[in-house]
Amino acid sequence: MKIAVLVKLVPDTASQIRLNQEKSWIETRDLNWVLNPYDEYAVEEALKIAAEKGGDVTVITYGKDEAVEALRKALAMGANGAILIKKEGYTDLLGTAEALAKVLKEKAFDLIFAGLKAVDDDCAAIGPMIATIMDIPCITEITKLEVGDGQVTAQRDIEGGHESIQASTPCLLTAQKGLNEPRYPSLKGIMMAKKKTVEILEGEHVEPRVETLSLSYPPERAPGKIVGEGLDAVPELVRLLREEARVIE
Amino acid sequence: MNVLVYVENRNGAVKKAGLEALSKGKALADAMGGQTAAVIIGVDVDQVVAEVKMHGADKIFVIKKDDLEHYQSAGHLASVVEAVAQFDSKLVMIAATSLGRDLAPRIAAKLGIMYFPDVTGAEFKDGDVVVKRPVYAGKIYMDFKAAKLPVVISTRPNVFDKVEIEGAGEVVELNPEYTLQTKVLDIIQSAAQKLDVSEADRIVAGGRGLKEPENFKLLENLADTLGAAVGASRAVVDAGWRPHSEQVGQTGKTVGPTLYIAVGISGAIQHLAGMRTSKVIVAINKDADAPIFKDADYGVIGDAMQIVPALNEALK
Repeated sequence: MKIAVLVKLVPDTASQIRLNQEKSWIETRDLNWVLNPYDEYAVEEALKIAAEKGGDVTVITYGKDEAVEALRKALAMGANGAILIKKEGYTDLLGTAEALAKVLKEKAFDLIFAGLKAVDDDCAAIGPMIATIMDIPCITEITKLEVGDGQVTAQRDIEGGHESIQASTPCLLTAQKGLNEPRYPSLKGIMMAKKKTVEILEGEHVEPRVETLSLSYPPERAPGKIVGEGLDAVPELVRLLREEARVIE
Repeated sequence: MNVLVYVENRNGAVKKAGLEALSKGKALADAMGGQTAAVIIGVDVDQVVAEVKMHGADKIFVIKKDDLEHYQSAGHLASVVEAVAQFDSKLVMIAATSLGRDLAPRIAAKLGIMYFPDVTGAEFKDGDVVVKRPVYAGKIYMDFKAAKLPVVISTRPNVFDKVEIEGAGEVVELNPEYTLQTKVLDIIQSAAQKLDVSEADRIVAGGRGLKEPENFKLLENLADTLGAAVGASRAVVDAGWRPHSEQVGQTGKTVGPTLYIAVGISGAIQHLAGMRTSKVIVAINKDADAPIFKDADYGVIGDAMQIVPALNEALK
């Protein structure tokens, strides 16, 4: 079975995100870059299936030279191959999906995994966009997966419950937290990852069709107050919620 | 310029987030001097049609199909695309629920147009559609302009108000063609109509400060009293105390309820990012130096195991 996993390099979720001096982009210096957490679930699931059913796992990213770090992290977890589709400048969601879909089509994978979203731009769009462009089934935000012969059954969370969905392969699946427990790369894995070759493809550059107007920090919250300590504070808290904040009856 | 809004329903009950998207869509259509249409897909949708009419839809496209009773990406996609073709739409809007997050990007890809996911602001300014969306789970906001219309926009639930205003509500039935690509085997709703944190207007969330998973019972009781959903910090989800569907923060759900009560949550940056747009934040924590107090409107320093039951009694 040929399995692809789409990955992205993102700032660690513990990062304080600052804007650059011109406020035209985020300040990328001093950030700790990691494999997107949702992609870890995707890589883990792909490796598990490859081990059970036989097959190999190729991790793919669309990005600049430094994005190769995401591939190295996935290779260290155990992926067999890696592809960097080189990107220039900024592109929009559809441009990204098109660049990835082109390569995915050529390589004819049976299963394509992605994280449900990247924790930088929080779009959750690339997976379903690629599936639509390729005209293959797609199940998003999955928390459970069974791979059968030519088909998959996945569970996905919906508000207040979950649903179970079946699709034939080839198909695209996006991973939600809860799908599995991603492995830590072993020392051997990390050493091996350094030796594996990364295939480099030139991506087509599409000028962004959206204009970024500005970046800003979220509005500051008005300073709050400490109502008090211990049980004595409870009646006053209830009074404030009722009379000042008016959020309870 | 016209606006088309897909309004979600589950088993014939309209989703509040869908009406919020419709109201925002109508406001934009009014600003652009256009009309508002809604798309409704399902089987038993009469009640949804009535609700949508009462929230400003001039036109209502109804797709009644037995095999689209539950969400089916290919069938829903074909339905919305058909409605877009019927109604010269410059904006296609949809609430960013689990369904909307799945469907909206497909619409954009199918039509070859741009998509702005999960927006918290959308305006028509000097002839342009300008949207605001949080990135890095809300640590930063970005404003975008669509260089070209139409575009697809998904709206974050609980951000825009739903506004009651009667529209012409002309019903047009559509009969799109599609081939389903997936099969829905089963849908399991949690017992007792459990509220999801992403939809709840009030959330009581707990963290490590609760010491043991069993102590979440105290939060559940308080949540029951308040009609709130129970949320959780990443630490307790990773520890297996609570299901990941309850996690609030950067690798969980981003929420903005009217009332957010954080109990025994210190306030890691990735958690704060996910809840700091809540209207009123209450923090209950033993540690007076916990970062959560900086973002809280009301703080109580003390032991959650004592404070929470007392608060519950006082609110009953």
